[in-house]
Amino acid sequence: MPKSQHSHKELLPHLFRQEYAKMTAILCRHFGLKYIEIAEDIASEAFLKASENWAINGIPENPTAWLYTVAKNQVKDYFKHITVIETQTKKALQPTEIETQQHFEFNNQNITDSQLAVIFAVCNPINSDEAQICLALQILCGFSVEEIANAFLANNETIKKRLQRARNNLRNDKFQIRTLSENEIKSRQNTVLKTLYLLFNEGYFSKTNNQLIRKELCFEAIRLTLILTENSLTNTSETNALLSLMCFQSSRLEARINDKGESILYEQQDKNQWDKALIEKGNYYLVNACNGNVVTKYHLEAGIAYWHTTQKDENKWEYILQLYNQLIQIEYSPMTALNRTFAIAKVYGHEIAIQEAEKLNLIESNYYHVLLGYLYTRKDIDKSIYHYKEAIGMSKSKTERQTIIIEIERLKKRKSATTGQ
Amino acid sequence: MKDFALIFRLKDISDFKPSPEQMQERMNWLGSIAAQNKLVDKGNTLLPIPGSAKTVKPDNVVTDGPYTEIKEFISGYIVVKADNIDEAVEMAKGNPIFKIGGNIEVREVLKRD
Repeated sequence: MPKSQHSHKELLPHLFRQEYAKMTAILCRHFGLKYIEIAEDIASEAFLKASENWAINGIPENPTAWLYTVAKNQVKDYFKHITVIETQTKKALQPTEIETQQHFEFNNQNITDSQLAVIFAVCNPINSDEAQICLALQILCGFSVEEIANAFLANNETIKKRLQRARNNLRNDKFQIRTLSENEIKSRQNTVLKTLYLLFNEGYFSKTNNQLIRKELCFEAIRLTLILTENSLTNTSETNALLSLMCFQSSRLEARINDKGESILYEQQDKNQWDKALIEKGNYYLVNACNGNVVTKYHLEAGIAYWHTTQKDENKWEYILQLYNQLIQIEYSPMTALNRTFAIAKVYGHEIAIQEAEKLNLIESNYYHVLLGYLYTRKDIDKSIYHYKEAIGMSKSKTERQTIIIEIERLKKRKSATTGQ
Repeated sequence: MKDFALIFRLKDISDFKPSPEQMQERMNWLGSIAAQNKLVDKGNTLLPIPGSAKTVKPDNVVTDGPYTEIKEFISGYIVVKADNIDEAVEMAKGNPIFKIGGNIEVREVLKRD
C-alpha cells in the first residue's frame, strides 16, 4: 500500500503537533502533574505504536480516536502492573473519562479547556517565571528543547537543566490540578500569557523547522487565548491586546510564503492575500484592549502590527518607530532593537539607520547581519554582501538561507553590471 | 559597567513643554539608548510649574518653584549604564535638549546598599 504509507508519514507529524500536547494534558489531569513523565511516556508510546501499525495496516478511519484508544489501554495496563501507584490514584483513574476528555469541563466558572487548565497548573510560582514557561511549552505545546532554547535565546544545555530542575520542583511539591482560586488565576495569568505569546511566536517565526510557518501553533495559541477572553476573570486588557496582536500577525500568514515554501518579505507581499476577517478581529480586540490605563508590551506590539496592516498612511512608519521606542524601554530584546532600526531606516533613511544599527553591535545575530546587508544595499554592495554572507553562516533556517542567497546573486549581478566586469 | 545619572537642566520654563517634534526626537534618543540595552532607569520628569514645585529651606521658609534664585532648573533624569564616564558623556551628546539651550549633568551613581 504505497499510497497510505506515504500519507501516514505526512499525517503523523501533523497529528503529533496537534494531539500530543492535548493527550499529555489530559493524562496529567488523571495522574496528577507529579506523574508528568508517565503521561508523556504513554503519549509517546501511543504515537510510536501508530507509526508501526499504520505503516503496515494503513491509516485507520479515525486516527485521533485510534490514538486515544491506545493511550487509554496503556493507562489501564500501567495501573494493572504498578499496584503501588494504583492504590494512590485509584480514585483519580476512571478510564471511561478519557473518552470524554476531549470535551472536558473543568469548572463552568473557571477555565474550561483542559490544556489551558494544565498550563495554569504548570505556571506554579514554585518555579521561576522562565522555568514555568519552559515547562508549559515543553509539556503542553509539544516544543523540543531546541525550540525552547530558540524562544529564550539560550543554549540547549541551559534549557535542559532548567527543565529538569522545574520538573523536580513540581514532583516534590504536592502538585495537583485543581480549581484555582481567583487570586491564583490572576497572579498566574502573566506567565500564562507569556507562554501563549511564545507559542504563537514559535509558530509565526519558526526557525528550526523547514516548514516555515506552522499555522497550527499559531491557531492553537489563538484558540487558547480566545478561551481566556471568554472568562470574566481572565478577560483583561492584556489578554485582549495579545489576542489582537495574534490576529493581526496571522492575517499575513498566507501572504508570507510562496508556492515553493520561501518566505516573502513584507514589502513584496500580495496585499490582497491578507486575511481581512482576521484584521477586523484584530481591530475589535485592540479596541477592547484600550479599556483601561495599562500599556503592556502586548499593547505596543499589537499597535505595531496594526500599522503593518494599513497600507497608505504617510506617517505610518513614524507611528511604528514611536511604538518601538516605547516597547524597547519596557523590555529589551535584540529583535525589538533590530526592528526599531528598520523603522528608523523608513523614517530617516538608510544612512542614519546604519549608524544606529552599528551601535547595537549584535554581531552574533543573523538578523543583525540581514539588517545591515539590507541597509548597505544602495551604499556599499561589498559590505552588503559581506553581511549577508555572515547571516548565511548563522542562520538555522533553510528557507532563510535560500532567500539570502538569491539576494546575494542579485547584488553580484548589479555590481558587475555597474562596473562593467 | 557602571551606572550614570543623566540630569537634564533647562533655562527657560517655556521650554519645558516640548513640541511634538521635540518629543519625538527625545523619544528617539531614549529609544536608541534602550536599543543598546544601556537604559537602566527611564527616570521621570520633574514638574517645575507653580503648584508642583516648591523649595523648603531652613527655618520653615518655603518658596515657590526651584527658579527664584537659580537660573536653571532640573527637568528630569534617567539612569544609563556605560563602561566609563566618557561613554556616558557620548550618549548624552545625542540628546536634543542642547537645541533649546539646556544642558545635561552626568554623574556616576554610587549605590547605597
